[in-house]
Amino acid sequence: MSTDPNIPALELKNLRFSWPGSAGFSLHIPELRLMPGQHLFIRGASGSGKTTLLNILSGIQTLNEGEVIIAGETLQPQSGSRRDAIRAEKIGVVFQQLNLIPYLSILDNVRLAGAFSGKPLPTDARIAYLLNALGLSQDLWHGFATQLSVGQQQRVAIARALAQQPTLLIADEPTSALDADNRDSFMRLLLAEATAAGTTVIFVSHDPHLAAYFSWQLDMASLAAGIQARATPNSGSGKFNAEPTTTANSTPCDTNLSEVKPIALQPTNSPENGDPSLC
Amino acid sequence: MLIKLARLSLWHRKGTVILTLCSLVISIGLLLGIDHLRLEAKQSFTSTVAGTDLIVGARSGQLNLLLYTVFRIGNATNNISYQHYQQISQHRAVAWSIPLALGDSHKGFRVLGTNPDYFKFFKYGAQQPLVFAKGQAFADVYQTVLGAEVAKKLAYQVGDEITLSHGVGAVSFSEHRGHPFTVVGILAPTGTPVDQSVHVSLLGIEAIHQGWQNGMPSQRLAAKQLSAEQLAALQPSQITGFMLGLKSKAVTFALQRQINEFKAEPLTAILPGAALAEMWQMLSFVENMLLVVTALVLLATLVGLMTTLLAAMKERQRELAILRALGARPWQVFCLIELEVLLTTLLAIVLALLKLSVALFVLKPWLSSSYGLVISVTPWHEHTLLLLSALLGFALILGAIPAYLAYRQSLSQGLVVRI
Repeated sequence: MSTDPNIPALELKNLRFSWPGSAGFSLHIPELRLMPGQHLFIRGASGSGKTTLLNILSGIQTLNEGEVIIAGETLQPQSGSRRDAIRAEKIGVVFQQLNLIPYLSILDNVRLAGAFSGKPLPTDARIAYLLNALGLSQDLWHGFATQLSVGQQQRVAIARALAQQPTLLIADEPTSALDADNRDSFMRLLLAEATAAGTTVIFVSHDPHLAAYFSWQLDMASLAAGIQARATPNSGSGKFNAEPTTTANSTPCDTNLSEVKPIALQPTNSPENGDPSLC
Repeated sequence: MLIKLARLSLWHRKGTVILTLCSLVISIGLLLGIDHLRLEAKQSFTSTVAGTDLIVGARSGQLNLLLYTVFRIGNATNNISYQHYQQISQHRAVAWSIPLALGDSHKGFRVLGTNPDYFKFFKYGAQQPLVFAKGQAFADVYQTVLGAEVAKKLAYQVGDEITLSHGVGAVSFSEHRGHPFTVVGILAPTGTPVDQSVHVSLLGIEAIHQGWQNGMPSQRLAAKQLSAEQLAALQPSQITGFMLGLKSKAVTFALQRQINEFKAEPLTAILPGAALAEMWQMLSFVENMLLVVTALVLLATLVGLMTTLLAAMKERQRELAILRALGARPWQVFCLIELEVLLTTLLAIVLALLKLSVALFVLKPWLSSSYGLVISVTPWHEHTLLLLSALLGFALILGAIPAYLAYRQSLSQGLVVRI
């Protein structure tokens, strides 16, 4: 998918969400903007609302208030059917594990990417390119997902998520079932392929070590702090942008994540309005 | 793609799916089989006699009269005088008449004493006349015409000689040994009790009972074949009943009334169509019970199908979450489950039809020989499509429960799986 580099891949405006009848968890993001190709790491402990945020970003969970815009197209507020269509067309998702439909072949699992978008299915050439690039040998393609190792399954999941060249790739702890070696190669492949496809990545994990692979990061706690900020507005402009941990996109850096500030999410090297140059 | 998903998903769970399919095939086969047999039996039953306007016998109930004259079941309460038969058959409204004399048998098959008019006027099914497969009607006292099933089962050919037994049991202690009959004709199959009958002339019946008194043979006379003079002097004295064809249907009720009020002898005249309908109505109770039981079996199977789907829902949460993540609408998830129900039920219907056809093909000769039931091998009737559509609709309604749960689940849980 060709993406206009001047249009943000993801824009959140005054996003508010809380579970009905629940006084506990709620989410408030005054503003967040990700430009095409930007890779954002969101860190958060279990129960911090990561999955709720991902459900909102993918249009499955409806908002109480605010807007979610994907590549210039409003995802929320929209009808459920329209949100599903936008998700099919513009968003790729990689889960923690068990990403594949067990009764479909590897090829069919990847083909499934276009099944609900109303667009032509990904071409065989595109699928072959992705599977090859992700190091899955051709003799595996016609086998079932259950015959693959977890690492291989996760790579197929990346292939499927990227098959339709989505604007946004959402990854929900995809490395949680991988050992350290596999995790490293998985992260490199994921980000390299996303970079090649020009896809914006939002990667959610509780594992702070993974932040090193990303140039931008956010802490779920900062979003909770956003609520405090709303209660006691002391966050300057009240605008959130991703905080760069490094200027080099694909080079892991030695960022001390413990220093991540909860709210001070102004980009350190960009103008206030989330200019594309911040990427 | 949804169809492919549904197909492969079923194949993936083939263990439980095959079990469900088996029980569906059995119960759908049972439903279609009972429906088919019911209709075929009704068809066979109501077409046993056609074109006959009145059946007359000794004073009795109409079902009893129908049973022994048409179905050769049970016995007459009394005989009627041949003279009175002649008197009624000469009534100006009567077009033709067939006398019927019952009470003897041959190796378990009933013997019917009649006259050659039987082969001319008796009709069954859609006004079909009797047809000779071999030979012709009897013309002599000691000649017989066999029904198709009798000839087939006992391997008789034209020219063979047979003896008759007194009474209607398969084993008789009173054989009419002195009066062998020659087979002169074999009828083509009709699918009616005619196939199970041995036909002889009224004079033949009279001849073998010469010398009998009080239902027992006299040793001196009964064992001997009659001489030409004796045969020439033979006159039928009694018959069991008779069939009448009228010149105009309009006089049927009037003649029935006249016969029922016949002064010289207590007689009963019945309309075969009405009697058949009444008898079928009695049987339809059993038929309805069978249908109800089958419907319940089918319901249990469909509930089983639904339970299987419901049980699989838990393990399919992840699969549904993946589909949702890929942009599947909740209604598409609903449709996927319903498609699985549709595919399973459709496959079960096809297999059930196939199984039933094979079973009917295999059982056809046995049903025909044991019960005289000639049935079609194709279990398909006008309303079968409607029945199967209703069945499919019902399956889809029951399938909507797990489908709705999947729909709700995919709406509320989104990309999360709570295991």
